[in-house]
Amino acid sequence: MKRAVFILLRNPLSVLGLALVGLVVLAAVFADYVAPFPDHKGAVVDFLNFNKAPEWPYLFGTDLVGRDILSRILFAYRISLTLGVVVLALAVPVGVTVGLIAGYIGGRTEFVLMRVTDVFLSIPPLVLAMSMMGLLEPSLTNGMMAVTVMWWPWYARLVYNLTRSEREEGYVLAAEVIGASRLHVMFREILPNCVPSILTKMTIDFGFVILIASSLSFLGLGVQPPTPDLGSMVAEGAKYLPDSWWLTVFPGLAILVVVFGFNLIGDALREILGVEQ
Amino acid sequence: MSPVVRLLIKRIATSFIVLVGVSLLIFTIARVIPGDPARIALGPNASAEAVEALRDKLHLNDAFVVQYGYFVADLARGDLGQSLYSNRPVTADIAAYLPATLELVFFAGTTMILIGVPLGMLAARYRDRPLDHGIRLFTMLGVSAPDFVWAVILMLIFAYFLPIFPIAGRISDSFAVPPVTGFLTIDSLIAGDFAAFGNVLWHLALPAFALSFAGIGQSARLTRANMVETYRKPFIEMALAFGFPQGRIARRFAFKPSMIPSLTVIGLDLASMLGNAFLVEQIFAWPGLSRYGVAVILRKDLNAIVGTVLIISAMFLIVNIVVDLLVALINPRIRLSQRSS
Repeated sequence: MKRAVFILLRNPLSVLGLALVGLVVLAAVFADYVAPFPDHKGAVVDFLNFNKAPEWPYLFGTDLVGRDILSRILFAYRISLTLGVVVLALAVPVGVTVGLIAGYIGGRTEFVLMRVTDVFLSIPPLVLAMSMMGLLEPSLTNGMMAVTVMWWPWYARLVYNLTRSEREEGYVLAAEVIGASRLHVMFREILPNCVPSILTKMTIDFGFVILIASSLSFLGLGVQPPTPDLGSMVAEGAKYLPDSWWLTVFPGLAILVVVFGFNLIGDALREILGVEQ
Repeated sequence: MSPVVRLLIKRIATSFIVLVGVSLLIFTIARVIPGDPARIALGPNASAEAVEALRDKLHLNDAFVVQYGYFVADLARGDLGQSLYSNRPVTADIAAYLPATLELVFFAGTTMILIGVPLGMLAARYRDRPLDHGIRLFTMLGVSAPDFVWAVILMLIFAYFLPIFPIAGRISDSFAVPPVTGFLTIDSLIAGDFAAFGNVLWHLALPAFALSFAGIGQSARLTRANMVETYRKPFIEMALAFGFPQGRIARRFAFKPSMIPSLTVIGLDLASMLGNAFLVEQIFAWPGLSRYGVAVILRKDLNAIVGTVLIISAMFLIVNIVVDLLVALINPRIRLSQRSS
């Protein structure tokens, strides 16, 4: 543990990643107290101050109905982070279980499970989520579902490959020889050895889930107004480029900051846990 | 039969199974959703008889298996049905929009490989030195924002503040290229109009780079990791002991074995650009599949959605087969595997 902290703090980039993610999480949790205009998260209209370039007290400017962009970004972070947690909490257990079963049991089970996984992997992720979103009603819940459906196969793939190589190890054979059940071997013997890889992937994916979700709402297929969302803020503002550049640039950079932070931490974790790319 | 041909046949067969799965999946999603597509297509004022007639025509009143049967039978004749939105065959719609998207993806893919792979080689050669850290930061930035954010930023900097590149579109209005393939680069060359060809490339530059930035990051990081791995191998040590120059070792000995694992992932990146192109096309008003795709999705145009997803998935599978073949051709263990047996 001490060694891990040392490696983490030795690298300035990892420290930057921790700082960025920490700041974003704090700002999102305490948005009600930190945001300059907390009530601007909803359908507020202030035509006296609409479409203002960044100036005090509107650090990031205001949108077309006079809402403070900075406040809306902070509240949008709430949605993004919740989405990341929910999607991974649903997708990882499903993917890991499928991967473990396919990799350990083998045979016909393996063939069927991995072909199904291949089907999901052979639709470009964004297209799969988009068509699901379009066929359902665009909303936050459906957005989470769509992203979950496109996400689990990657964990199935990862854990499948890990399980296949772990299956040949001595400790698995030993467990089988003393008569451990299949469930025990899969979840108590093999799974713990996959945890470092899964954890690293989850850290990096947290950023990517936010990224994909923002892409969906950018296309109008995610969180609906007036709820603030980074992707739809960019899409809305893109119509008024280049004059009202602050409408798109700040929400865009907000996505960059949080995804970049998770990537830096994921990179550091990879080094600490000794996971290969 | 050579092992490469055998591999090709095997890959085509499994891809076909996967494609059937994709069609079933998307077809199921399209049929279980709430809302009556016939009612949506005809609008709230249409009579109940008209809606019923359209439902009959679309086979919506039949059992699911029967509906899928009709779908497959039509598909075998190259018919994906009518779009309820444009009232044209879905295949005609897709054929009209697909070339613009494919052209964009092709150039983005080329950019990704031409920039990403050399960057990764540089990083591996100067690993743990400032240049390596710089490249790492650059590539990580690339993967850390969605393509549409890079599209906006690139557009603001290189089209508005420094008006070097055009803001939108595929070609300036002053050029008229007779359409042959739909790919403006090829069409302008067929017409022998090099000014138009240059103009098309000029329009492609920003969208292609915005689309490829994430891929550049991924391919550079992967190439770096694999090169570092290869540098630990004994044959590189031997080359070093022989005193070959660094550059020659990197290009002649380390490059090929390092590319074999990278290629598969680069292929996946290339294929996922087909989806991400939607985001870039929106910003640069690129007349590709994106606007059509988003429009039909928002209108619940079943045939068009199923058709679009199916075509994109087929493209995706083709790219992956081509990549697997390339890997087989480069990797002597696969290429020569039969001769030794």
